[in-house]
Amino acid sequence: MSDKTDTKKDDLDYETTGHSWDGIQEYNKPLPRWWLMVFYATIIWGVGYTIAYPAWPGVRSATAGLLGWSTRGAVAEEISAQEAKLAPINEQLASVELTSIASDPELNGYAQNAGAAVFRTWCAQCHGSGAAGAKGYPNLLDDDWLWGGSIEEIHTTITHGIRNEDDPDARYSEMPAFGRDGLLEREQIAAVSNYVMTLSGEEPQDASLVEEGATVYADNCAACHGEDGTGDRFQGAPNLTDAIWLYGGDYATIHETVTNARFGVMPNWNTRLSEAEIRAVATYVHGLGGGEASE
Amino acid sequence: MSETQPGAPSLYAAREPIFPRRVRGHFRNLKWVLMLVLLGIYYVTPWLRWDRGPQLPDQAVLVDLANRRFFFFFIEIWPHEFYFVAGLLIMAGLGLFLFTSALGRVWCGYACPQTVWTDLFILVERWIEGDRNARLRLHRQKKWDVRKARLRVTKWVAWLLIALATGGAWVFYFTDAPTLLVDLVTGNAHPVAYTTILILTATTFAFGGFAREQICIYACPWPRIQAAMMDEDTLTVGYRDWRGEPRGKHRKAEGAENLGDCIDCNACVNVCPMGIDIRDGQQLACITCALCIDACDDVMEKIGKPRGLIDYLALSDETRERDGHAPRKVWKHIFRPRVILYTALWSLVGLGLVVALVMRPEIELSVAPVRNPTFVVLSDGSIRNTYDVRLLNKHGEDRPFQLSLSDDAALQISLEGEDDMTVDVPANETHLQRVYVTAPEGTPEAQAERTEFHIWVEDLTTGDRAGKETIFNGRDN
Repeated sequence: MSDKTDTKKDDLDYETTGHSWDGIQEYNKPLPRWWLMVFYATIIWGVGYTIAYPAWPGVRSATAGLLGWSTRGAVAEEISAQEAKLAPINEQLASVELTSIASDPELNGYAQNAGAAVFRTWCAQCHGSGAAGAKGYPNLLDDDWLWGGSIEEIHTTITHGIRNEDDPDARYSEMPAFGRDGLLEREQIAAVSNYVMTLSGEEPQDASLVEEGATVYADNCAACHGEDGTGDRFQGAPNLTDAIWLYGGDYATIHETVTNARFGVMPNWNTRLSEAEIRAVATYVHGLGGGEASE
Repeated sequence: MSETQPGAPSLYAAREPIFPRRVRGHFRNLKWVLMLVLLGIYYVTPWLRWDRGPQLPDQAVLVDLANRRFFFFFIEIWPHEFYFVAGLLIMAGLGLFLFTSALGRVWCGYACPQTVWTDLFILVERWIEGDRNARLRLHRQKKWDVRKARLRVTKWVAWLLIALATGGAWVFYFTDAPTLLVDLVTGNAHPVAYTTILILTATTFAFGGFAREQICIYACPWPRIQAAMMDEDTLTVGYRDWRGEPRGKHRKAEGAENLGDCIDCNACVNVCPMGIDIRDGQQLACITCALCIDACDDVMEKIGKPRGLIDYLALSDETRERDGHAPRKVWKHIFRPRVILYTALWSLVGLGLVVALVMRPEIELSVAPVRNPTFVVLSDGSIRNTYDVRLLNKHGEDRPFQLSLSDDAALQISLEGEDDMTVDVPANETHLQRVYVTAPEGTPEAQAERTEFHIWVEDLTTGDRAGKETIFNGRDN
């Protein structure tokens, strides 16, 4: 289709490329040569780039590149750089008095943020991402604590855990299964369940059993939960007079609890988290709204 | 199907070197002044000081990327006020529309950094190697003798120093200039600073010294965009061919009385930094620097003809003047509905920004209810909600802020980690404060699904107050 034609300037004094397609000619507007050179340079650069960096796909993996760079390596480098950067403040966090963390704005800010990250990684599975807990898993936002809400008590709970077999220092207590083990009769359990409901101001299911229930309570429960029902933090015995229930405050649930007892466990974290991480998450939990002052 | 045949012209062309001749005149003088002002602004601005208090930088114009602040004399822009930057960019865009529709490529000809720095580089070139003819001779001289080597090396070193100062000045806008200068000299500055200087030095050297008009013709998108904003009344640099043609050198030859005013002296071509002939008509490569006007006026005066053979013209002038009308006044081209509309839009955005700047709240406050969980039951049965309150202290000193609630509700406020309702926010920082709001058991707020209320904050230093409405989630939530 292309015919070689005269490249002389046409009537309008414009040079053409010398090509003709069905009589249509094209003006020659030459591209600057440096532009062509830049184009070649980008090709050379591109080839060099695939040699220097991971690029060409193989059967199992791509070529590694002469520079030995990899995204995984870059991330590892960033992580170790970050760890090195945080080492001094982590060391400080692990060594200061627990009670002094809150009064140091910088340390406290770091502990709150680091603790939030630790919490979401290790604690949220049971206690929830917002720390509101669930049935059987304590809500960490409220002002009610089984084992104590000061920074030291929280720190101890996280370090050693509760009712686990792995740490001899784990907090330990066990409620008897009054029904299952035959310690109380069914009627007695029904009576004491009704009485427990009245402790926190609830309407009992059967008011006529409350009086008998009080006697059962005084004989079997008061040793741990206290005569007035306010519980005992040394034994992790819950306060029965407040508005907060770990498993539920309705008649059926209380009945179930008295019959079979509960045995909530928590792992000890001293083997999995560093002291700085434990202190960070303790600071975070203490700052969620229910934290108590140290004695 | 097409193939390159033997004898076909090359599709690629080498750059034709351009040796602009020195020129004197009104527009040249205007460009000298503009160059001085623009380069002055660029080089000097980072060194201006502005006192803002003990804990804020004292650099008048500072883009503080690390702390995400922009300082401009008495104005301080925080990241959430980035709409000011967007507004300024819109103004810059509208400004270019405005100037282009009124004065054509006036930006290209007078204010574009490429033009200003190329002008500066050509000036240095002329000082070292001489004017057009001397430079042409030097270029054509194939042999590199001592003189040519000396001139070339001197020129390149001078260019390189200018380029270095240009690249160097850029980084001073991003951190405290005197400190950075010391760091740069002692080798302690951040690698990013050195890299930036290196890149800008290289590009300034290459663009101002060697690429010059190639950038405008082949690399810059602006000339293409501009075509859409120009119309037949837009001023450009034009040649009155109806007055100049037919051109001729030999004024005493036979038939010279039929010649036009153009004596074909090529003065306009020789001074052109773009290497074009304006007499070919309006063209893509013309940046309307108006140096050809100066050159031609000079010649016209010498041969006793009226000035303005090459002049600022609009396309509509051509038909008018061919019909024998007198040249129109410049302001008739400038005051057109289109230009007035652009001016109005530009001023409107500017006015909006000024109003926004003046009305900026003194206290910046944000309240975010924590929704995971929506509420917490406390041991006494009361309902508590948590809020993340962010307080901004824009001032150069630490300031206490006091938080409170609207009085009518039964809600109570307390702050995490604080015994009272006062928060100290460090200078120039945002403080995140966890705030608890509690409704005692039995109150309507504790029972209702949701209650609207205000969290108030008072700057105890000035007494300024600001409030944010938010919601309280009760038991029925």
